[in-house]
Amino acid sequence: MAGEVIAELRHISITFPGVKALDDVDLVLRAGEVHALMGENGAGKSTLIKALTGVYRIDEGSITVAGAERVFSSTADAQAAGIATVYQEVNLCANLTVGENIMLGREARGTFGINWRATHAAAAEAMARLGLTIDPRSQLSSHSLAVQQLVAIARATVLDSSVLVLDEPTSSLDRSEVQQLFAIVRRLRDAGTAVLFVTHFLEQVYEISDRITVLRNGRLVGEYRTAELPRWDLVSRMLGHELSQLEAIGARASEVGDAESGTPVLTAEGLYKKGSVGPSDLVLYPGEIVGLAGLLGSGRTELARLIYGADRADAGRTLVKDSPRRLTTPRAALGNRIAFSSEDRRSEGIIGDLSVRQNLVLAVQAKRGWARPLSRAQQDELVGRYVAAMGVHPADPEVPIKNLSGGNQQKVLLGRWLATDPELIILDEPTRGIDVGAKAEIQKAITDLAATGVAVLFISSELEEVVRVSHRIYVLRDRRVIAEVVNGEDTTVSDIVNLIAGDADRAETSAA
Amino acid sequence: MNASRIVHHRLFWPVVALVALILINTISRPTFLSITVKEGGLYGSLIDILRNSSQLMLVALGMTLVIATRGIDLSVGAVLAVAGAVSLTFIGGSSHPGDLGTVTIAVLLGLAVTLVLGAWNGFLVSVIKIQPIIATLLLMFAGRGIAMLITKGQITTINSPPYAQFASGHLLGLPVAFLVALAVTVLVAVVVRRSALGMLMEAVGVNPEASRLAGVQARGIIWIVYALSGLLAGMSGILYSSNIMAADANNAGLNIELDAILAVVIGGTSLAGGRFSIAGTVVGVLIIQTLTTSITFLGIPPAITPVFKAIVVIAICLTQSQRVRAAIGSRHRRTRQTPTAGGLGTESPIEAEKAATA
Amino acid sequence: MSAESPVQSAGFRGIQTGPVLRRVNAWLPVIATVAILLLMLLAGQLYFGDFVTPRLVSSLFDNNPYLIVLAVGMTFVILTGGIDLSVGSVIAFSGLLGAQLFAAGLPAVVVLPLMVLSGTLIGAVIGIMVAVFDIQPFIASLAGMFLARGLAYVTSLKSLPIKNDGLNWLLGTSWGGGQWYTTPGVVLALLLVALAFWVLHYTRFGRTVYAIGGNEQSARLMGLPVGRTKFLIYVISGTGAGIAGVLFASYTQSGNPLAGLGMELQAIAAVVIGGTILSGGSGYVLGSLAGVLVYGLIQIAITYMSVDSWWTYIVIGVLLLVFVVFQRALSARRRG
Repeated sequence: MAGEVIAELRHISITFPGVKALDDVDLVLRAGEVHALMGENGAGKSTLIKALTGVYRIDEGSITVAGAERVFSSTADAQAAGIATVYQEVNLCANLTVGENIMLGREARGTFGINWRATHAAAAEAMARLGLTIDPRSQLSSHSLAVQQLVAIARATVLDSSVLVLDEPTSSLDRSEVQQLFAIVRRLRDAGTAVLFVTHFLEQVYEISDRITVLRNGRLVGEYRTAELPRWDLVSRMLGHELSQLEAIGARASEVGDAESGTPVLTAEGLYKKGSVGPSDLVLYPGEIVGLAGLLGSGRTELARLIYGADRADAGRTLVKDSPRRLTTPRAALGNRIAFSSEDRRSEGIIGDLSVRQNLVLAVQAKRGWARPLSRAQQDELVGRYVAAMGVHPADPEVPIKNLSGGNQQKVLLGRWLATDPELIILDEPTRGIDVGAKAEIQKAITDLAATGVAVLFISSELEEVVRVSHRIYVLRDRRVIAEVVNGEDTTVSDIVNLIAGDADRAETSAA
Repeated sequence: MNASRIVHHRLFWPVVALVALILINTISRPTFLSITVKEGGLYGSLIDILRNSSQLMLVALGMTLVIATRGIDLSVGAVLAVAGAVSLTFIGGSSHPGDLGTVTIAVLLGLAVTLVLGAWNGFLVSVIKIQPIIATLLLMFAGRGIAMLITKGQITTINSPPYAQFASGHLLGLPVAFLVALAVTVLVAVVVRRSALGMLMEAVGVNPEASRLAGVQARGIIWIVYALSGLLAGMSGILYSSNIMAADANNAGLNIELDAILAVVIGGTSLAGGRFSIAGTVVGVLIIQTLTTSITFLGIPPAITPVFKAIVVIAICLTQSQRVRAAIGSRHRRTRQTPTAGGLGTESPIEAEKAATA
Repeated sequence: MSAESPVQSAGFRGIQTGPVLRRVNAWLPVIATVAILLLMLLAGQLYFGDFVTPRLVSSLFDNNPYLIVLAVGMTFVILTGGIDLSVGSVIAFSGLLGAQLFAAGLPAVVVLPLMVLSGTLIGAVIGIMVAVFDIQPFIASLAGMFLARGLAYVTSLKSLPIKNDGLNWLLGTSWGGGQWYTTPGVVLALLLVALAFWVLHYTRFGRTVYAIGGNEQSARLMGLPVGRTKFLIYVISGTGAGIAGVLFASYTQSGNPLAGLGMELQAIAAVVIGGTILSGGSGYVLGSLAGVLVYGLIQIAITYMSVDSWWTYIVIGVLLLVFVVFQRALSARRRG
């Protein structure tokens, strides 16, 4: 029974307006196996899962479950075919009881409607099978996220599903909670369920999975047996480089000026937020480009948000030029001449309906307050300077920014932050999803910026890029800074990959 | 090229609708367009429309700003009633109701009270963070009670010639009410567009999270907008009470919040917040008023107006609906961003929003 | 880590309350409403001496049977996070339609179902706009409100008297002896409350209503029929408004184009005072019944105290404020 193919997705393509999110991707799930789906942002993982679970319709390809080809037009169709899903954000109803959430839509019914006694008994039984002993009549919201995840899995088992999809179920759990989850996953696997497991944590992949499918940029990289794929190879496949290429790329960073001399622009000491960033220290000097390297979910973005005050830290302190500051809001950070460009350009960067000009002056204007408007001449001056400097196309500042390409939107956003005259600028994935030409321009702009004395905190999932532009690199793994690397002539991408992968025997570099 | 730009202007269809309404009236009764001069004032159907639209104009102006920040203000009708009650009760209680000073104080008093009521709404929305629809529902309820408390449940009538001027007076041949609405509209438009208020409001309305990260302080902006909405409803209340020279706590501004929302939506400002158009709201108000006037003018019982309004609301909603747009074609597809996971909220799988996942 | 180790909730977060306490927690807003009701009755008794009489209790129900029915329908809508502004206007339309049909000589067995059906139709129009075209409930029901009020005027521009024994029977018949009395209309309203309670708590449809209000996206991902359910709740609310129209026509013995003006607000207020959260997902139809009784009691108390009637609005407004802020604090605490 184990090893038998249960679900087979072949040649799947999905196109969104302007973007081919999935291009000829295969995925095969087998009974009694845990299958990990790996890839960085934009690889197409979530799109593929949504195709499998009936949220999106596929444009091309076929989905075969238990030998029969299926067309899913809703999540209900997929559930009926035996595919159950537990999402990253718990997709249950917090206002209902645990038992109701497990049984919703399939409550036991008698002559007078729902038989609650039988319904709760069935829920309790489903939980007992997973070793969960909580009261099915308790409110879901009274339990921790971890327990809610387990309840979601219990719901999935009631469906009598042959396939269980776990979409980043561990991203907000601590270690012991993850172990409890894994215990349950193993039980289900041993009972013959095909489990599809999506995560960013390499340790977990190697702990639980039997097989790995890697996606990159909407395409299939390959399917591997976990035991036959060393960590280093997995990371390099996710990031899109072959071994030989990686070794060849060395540091390209320009000469470090007087970095690490004088007063640091910013010092973070023990910044910590529960479930997001472990206690982390960080020092940034003027004129220095510092890279944050790590996989998605390693805490790189979360750390940047804590520094900027986009999220509130639970502990730790921040010093700006050696004097302690409470940066608890973005506004406070901007007031201390810190700027932050979010990785999520669409929902946290651009104001889509507003023009390029308005987007560009927004942060400066917000700093001044509404009663002291920038004059048209001042606006034109800023717009003229940054549209030209960044080479924004089209150069017409009155176009709504949503009509620009991703690369040009990014240039406008860079302009927005530079216009605030920052001493520290945090750039989270400034080159993601933009074409090669624009990417090079933005990299150059960053290097030029540092040359003028601005400190840059640079985050990218493309390690090659991090190694090329950074003077110093902090490496993160499992929500912690695990190493600090001074980027010299002999530093290579593979050194960083070693640190990220945690491959002890290959890590022979300048880890601090 | 030029013609297509005109057709694609956001006000093209509203203006066409307005012109069509005027044409229908003129064809059926050519006197519709005629304007006569009597005792230094202009009279005629068109002038009536301008005068009668002034109350709705003021309320809709405030509503435009509130809606731009993703809010809504249901309390304007009740606030309008309070303004009339305060002013007329003051005039009625004074020994010189015809005195210009008395009238000035009465008006300022009425406006001050409504400014406070507006600020209260703003406090609930921006500080306590209660959903706008609920926060303003409270005052929609209690406001009429407050108005009746002030008038002691009577319909306070007064005799004050200066006060009557607001509604029935003429200046330079034009109705004073119209001039008040015009001046206030221009003033608000200039203040909002000349200061950075308009842009920051739009930023908060389009994308609150991106605005927060850009350092925009939404709290103050939202507070101002609700206070302003209250104040403008107060001005409208002065015009209303001046028109009938009575404070009618029960009927003053009844359902005006719904008409105002309708006018804003007709004018092309989305209820989802963001880009707003004061000019669009002006056109929206004129359409509603012309519709009401033409129904009377064409001899249809005015009470049936709601049916026409229902048709207008349904038609506008359908043109704004994603599903209808998707059916009509990709050219009109909206690329508005939503911060949630792409497209899960809708059943249609092919939507621009999903590009966010890529 | 042994795979057999039992997973327990305790230890993950905070204090565990017993099952009984937890359920009391969910009913807390309703209990608060009932407590307010009892306190008001107690205060009235102490203040007036002879306040709480069988007659008062009887009239508390008898005064507002149509509001009870409206509140029942509105509870369904608000539980999903929606709103229905059309119900007041539907009362006018349904009443006038009935008046015209009775005037045409049709019997009550034909007319009464048609009156109810008129509300169902308006509800269906709103339901299609909300469920199929994704139009905000506020705007969709605003259109329904205009439509129903306009159709009422199309039916008749002025008030029409109704003389029909069948309709009259509903609220004109008094059952019971002495001071304890009730009418068929009140019994009907209470039966509808019971039916609604059963539907909401003992059918899959009812649980879907709560699920949508709790998290619509989750409900969709769980494979629940979200669109169909949203459509049906507006049909239910519209039908309730149609029934309320029948009761109101029986109460006033007429159809009036101005009937039910602002009654949607009274219904919303009663539901909110009854402990249902306007953003959806939490509340009980029994709470809404208590909300209507609080509303009615305030009206009666204000008449008793011979204070002016507008105090009703202010007192209701303040009560609403207290409840909304209370709910906001609760939800903030849950999230924090």
